[in-house]
Amino acid sequence: MTDFTPLQSLTGGMLIGLAAVALMMMHGRIAGISGIVNGLLTLQLNKDWAWRAAFLAGMILSPLILLVATGRLPDIQIPVAAPLLAVGGFLIGIGVTLGSGCTSGHGVCGMSRLSKRSIAATLTFMVTAVITVFVIRHTLGG
Amino acid sequence: MARILSAFVIGLIFGTGILVSGMGNPAKVLNFFDLAGTWDPSLAFVMGGALLVTAIGYRVVLTKPEPVLEGSFLLPARRDLDLKLIGGSAVFGIGWGMAGFCPGGLVPVLGLGMAEPALTAVSIVAGMLAARWTSRIALKKQPAGA
Repeated sequence: MTDFTPLQSLTGGMLIGLAAVALMMMHGRIAGISGIVNGLLTLQLNKDWAWRAAFLAGMILSPLILLVATGRLPDIQIPVAAPLLAVGGFLIGIGVTLGSGCTSGHGVCGMSRLSKRSIAATLTFMVTAVITVFVIRHTLGG
Repeated sequence: MARILSAFVIGLIFGTGILVSGMGNPAKVLNFFDLAGTWDPSLAFVMGGALLVTAIGYRVVLTKPEPVLEGSFLLPARRDLDLKLIGGSAVFGIGWGMAGFCPGGLVPVLGLGMAEPALTAVSIVAGMLAARWTSRIALKKQPAGA
């Protein structure tokens, strides 16, 4: 069980939205994390490399903001065995590359622009995620 | 320098949002997907809050002629639905349902220095490189203009 946290989740979601808007306003770019990471996986150090790296560095250091603000680090529970994380991660990498985006790029940025592609992508990955969890938890008995 | 500083601060805000929202906590993410079991609807509020702010904010920002630090807005122009988009998204959802991390949820958690998120990150990057490599081969096999 995890606690239902509507207020915290809404606040966090609004911060994510704020960052997405700020990235568009300042840099004119979509805040899609898989796209930003994919853009870093290149040997050509183009001019987009620097802001992408700085953005990810800010994200990685964000637990410090929480530590300063609340006095403690976020509570992360990972109820998934290592092999499942590895296979799941590999599928995520393939999927977001072929599908041109993930929860942030399609789910937040694309859907708020009412992009047909992003709405279709988001519905698709939400449905397959629900099916996957159902299969793992309720038919395989994990 | 302004570009780097700006992107860094925006990354901090994005990551803080992820951690506050619960998107970085696989237990919570997997419970959101577990409609038939220990369902936790919290993450619907993450999506709701993010969409509300982004939809309004984009509307305002995109009326400007250009972004503050770059020459132009870069927005995806494609509108067609194709098999690659839907198939790729389906595979992403399967991986997300297995691991409980999405790319945006994972990155801030990497800062905590735990082993499992690092393993997931390496696997995601491997998957990205594999997908790129196979689509490059497919492109080469395809006759020009097809």
